[in-house]
Amino acid sequence: MGSLKPVEGSGDLGFLATRADFLINWGRKNSLWPMPLGLSCCGIELMAMIGPKFDLARFGAEAARFSPRQCDLLIVAGTLTWKMATAVRTIYDQMPDPKWVIAMGVCSSSGGMYDSYAVVQGVDSILPVDVYVPGCPPRPDAVIDAIIKLQKQIEREDPLGRLIRGPQAKPDTGSGRLLFQENEGVAKSAVDKHAHDPESRTGRGQA
Amino acid sequence: MSDTQARVSAALGGVPHQFTSVLDGMPTLVVERDHLRACLLALQQNAGFEANTFVTAVDHFPAEPRFELAYQFLSYAHNDRVRVHTRVSESDAKVPTITDLWPGTSFSERECYDMFGIVFDGHPDLRRLLMPVGFEHHPLRKDYPHHGIEPDRLYRTWDRERRKEWNSAT
Repeated sequence: MGSLKPVEGSGDLGFLATRADFLINWGRKNSLWPMPLGLSCCGIELMAMIGPKFDLARFGAEAARFSPRQCDLLIVAGTLTWKMATAVRTIYDQMPDPKWVIAMGVCSSSGGMYDSYAVVQGVDSILPVDVYVPGCPPRPDAVIDAIIKLQKQIEREDPLGRLIRGPQAKPDTGSGRLLFQENEGVAKSAVDKHAHDPESRTGRGQA
Repeated sequence: MSDTQARVSAALGGVPHQFTSVLDGMPTLVVERDHLRACLLALQQNAGFEANTFVTAVDHFPAEPRFELAYQFLSYAHNDRVRVHTRVSESDAKVPTITDLWPGTSFSERECYDMFGIVFDGHPDLRRLLMPVGFEHHPLRKDYPHHGIEPDRLYRTWDRERRKEWNSAT
């Protein structure tokens, strides 16, 4: 944490001394540009959050852009299917660094109630997530709270250190918590093998 | 026998069929797969069923023949509906298409193919409707595990190729 102090002897010129880290983080955290990725009902709460009643502009993050090139905060709002996962990952890759991700709602946090073949069981399978928001869907206040928590995290970051020492080891693919083992070309007999076998039906714990 | 049943019976003429009772009381025909096309043609031409409501299937696994196709039709003029059931087995899961009679069934048949793997013979564009291109299984079959079989395989393949491309470009 840094702070702004008037420089002694600067007279009326109005200089302030501070740490560069603090200034950069202060700028970043107070001008987050979210990429609203409304995939299901969470998208409605996301709109309410940006609208006048909850007024995300109070926290400097109301400039929602629909081009990933102009965003630094990806809000995954809703159920992510495997069919959509490639598109979401493409959007994430198109966002310029530095960038952060909020998993909004239980579907994007863990798959939620969609315990299914079609749904990604948590977007942290494919993205590095910074803040998880529980709720189905979460209230707009909860997402604003997540943005405040993210601002606190950005305060602790070390942008100059990254510049000097190179990027820190931030995992690119999230937890890599993919559910199933690598196995190219599923044999057709796999259908028979998995059928009615309670151990393999759960699917979990194989990876 | 209801009016609808009498009208349908008269319209079908010599096509072998029988009526069955279902819980909601709708007139329901059971026909063999070989007579399905003639039956549906007669329903459209002679009994005045202009609209198809749905084409879907039920998987009775492990009973054989395991798939039960269900068609439902609506007549605007008579304000009544009729349902047609037919059974096909997994080894020969193939029925004639009715997209030439009711063009709107195209999507229904594509979904049925996607979810159950039933091939509609003569369909002009029998692709998957819901699952992504390259998906190998038919998820609504009862022997498909509900977590899926490697549901992330297509994503991982895409991801690996993308990273390879990225690494070779930089």
